Amino acid sequence: MTTPVLEVRDLKRDYVSSGGLFRPAKVVHAVKGVSFTLEKGKTLAVVGESGCGKSTLARMITLIDPPTAGEIRIDGIPASAAHVTKELRQKVQIVFQNPYGSLNPRQKIGDVLSEPLLLNTDMPAGERRARAMAMLTKVGLQPEHFNRYPHMFSGGQRQRIAIARALMLNPSFLVLDEPVSALDLSVQAQILNLLKDLQDEFGLTYVFISHDLSVVRYIADEVMVMYFGDVVEHGSREAVFADPQHDYTKTLFAATPRADVESIRARIARKKAMA
Amino acid sequence: MPLLDIKNLSVSFDTSIGLFRAVDGIDIAVDSREVLAIVGESGSGKSVAMLATMGLLPSTATVTADRMTFEGRDLLAMGESEKRSIIGKEIAMIFQEPVASLNPCFTVGFQIGEVLRQHLGLTGRAAQKRMVELLELVGIRDAADKLKAYPHQMSGGQCQRVMIAMAISCNPKLLIADEPTTALDVTIQKQILDLLVRLQAETGMGLIMITHDMGVVAETADRVIVQYKGHKMEEADVLSLFENPRSNYTRALLSALPENAVGDRLPTVSDMLFEPAPGVR
Repeated sequence: MTTPVLEVRDLKRDYVSSGGLFRPAKVVHAVKGVSFTLEKGKTLAVVGESGCGKSTLARMITLIDPPTAGEIRIDGIPASAAHVTKELRQKVQIVFQNPYGSLNPRQKIGDVLSEPLLLNTDMPAGERRARAMAMLTKVGLQPEHFNRYPHMFSGGQRQRIAIARALMLNPSFLVLDEPVSALDLSVQAQILNLLKDLQDEFGLTYVFISHDLSVVRYIADEVMVMYFGDVVEHGSREAVFADPQHDYTKTLFAATPRADVESIRARIARKKAMA
Repeated sequence: MPLLDIKNLSVSFDTSIGLFRAVDGIDIAVDSREVLAIVGESGSGKSVAMLATMGLLPSTATVTADRMTFEGRDLLAMGESEKRSIIGKEIAMIFQEPVASLNPCFTVGFQIGEVLRQHLGLTGRAAQKRMVELLELVGIRDAADKLKAYPHQMSGGQCQRVMIAMAISCNPKLLIADEPTTALDVTIQKQILDLLVRLQAETGMGLIMITHDMGVVAETADRVIVQYKGHKMEEADVLSLFENPRSNYTRALLSALPENAVGDRLPTVSDMLFEPAPGVR
C-alpha cells in the first residue's frame, strides 16, 4: 500500500483565553480529536458552519499553528509546526478565502510568485523568473500581468494568483480555505474548473474547506462534516449526499437553497395557499 | 399603480478616464406585496441602481431617469427634506456586510433608537419598548440585554438581524435588501431568508432582493430581473425564468450552477456578447 499524502491522528486544539483576577481562564475546544487519511490525487471536503473548527484544522495541517495534541504525517514524515523544515514547507501550501486580503498590495505579481522559491530553494533569479512566468500562464493569466500590482486585478484573477503562488513549490497537497465563497457565480465556475484541471495535470491532493454544499458536491471525493469541533460524519461523496446520517448534516442539506423547477413550483403553491 | 416605478434609469460616474456608465436605461417596477429579485454579477449595476433610488450615491455620480416615483410622488423633483422623510422610513435598505454597516462605537440599542427618534419621534420608555419588540420580532433572544451590546459582541447573523430590525422599525412600504445573506453561513442564510419572507408576507411590504445567488432567487422571489453590465437582460416571473430562460446570459448563468454540472466541467460565463431577451428594452 502506498503511503497516504496526509495522515492525521487524533488532532486537538484548545484556545485558552487569559483569565483575570476574578475571572478564571476559559478554554475553548476548537478541534476535538480529528483523524483521517488522504490518498494522493483525491479531494477531501471539510464542511461546517463558521466556528466549527474547520479553519483551525486547516491552520494545523498547513503547519501554521501547532496542535494541542495529536499527530500529523505528511508523505509519511511526522510534521510539527514548532520547526518546519524547508522540505516540509514545500509539501504543504494554502489558498485563503479572501483574495483581496491575502496578497501584499505593494508586491508585483512576479515577485508574489517567485518569493516562495526565493525563500525555500537555492534557485538562481533567472530560473525563478522563468518558473513564475510559466505558472502565470498555467493559471490562465497573461505574461503582461507579470509586472502589475494586485489592485489592478479582479477578485477571480487574484484568486488565480493565490493558487499560482501556492503551486510554485510543487506541493504534495493544497489546503483551499473557502477559495470560491467570495466570488461571483460565473467566476466561481472558472476557478473550480481551473482547480480540476490542475489536479489532473499535477496529480494534486486537495483539502477543500467550504460551507457551500453544491460546490462540495461538484469537487469532492470524500466529505467530512464538522460540528462544534467534532467530526460528525465522514464518507465518500456519494454516501454522504445520498444518505446523510447525522442530524446536523440533514439540517445543512435542508438549509441549502434549491434552484430546481419543482421546488420553486412547490414554494409558489405554498405561498398561494397562505394568501 | 406600482409602489416604486422607475423608467429608463441611467447612472454614470465621472472617473479619471472619462464617464463610466454603471446603469444604462433600466426600468424597474415593484408592487406592494411583491418580492422582486435583481440578479447579476459584480459590476452589473444592481446595487448602484438601488442606491440611486435611495439617493445614497456620491457626488461624482450622475443619475438620470425619465420617471422615478414612489407611490406616485416624484423622487427626482422632490427636495432634500421631503426625501429624508421617505428614505429610511418608507423605503428602507439592508446592506451587504452587517458587521461593517453598524457603527462599532455605539450600542445596538442606541443605533435602533436613533431611527425611532428621527422618524417617529419615539423616545424614552416608548422607544425602549418598541426596540425590545423589534428585536424579538427578528428572533433575537434576551432582547433587553442585547440592546446594550456593541456590534463586535454579536455574531454576523445577529448583526444582520439587528440591521433588519432597524430597517423595519418604521414599518416601511418597501424594503431593499442588498445581498442580505452573502457573508453568512448556509444555515444562518436560511434563517435570515425565512425571516425576510415571513416579515414581507405579514406586513405586505414590497421587497427587492439584490443578489448574485440563483439559489436565493429560487427560494424567495416572485419576479426576477437579470442584469449584466448595466443592462437589463431579462425580466420574468421566477418559474418561467428557471424553466425557460430566454436570454442567453440567463442560460449561461444557470448552467454555471455547480448542481447543474454536466459531466466533469462547469460551463462558464465568458465575456461574449450577450443579447437581451426579446421584448426587453
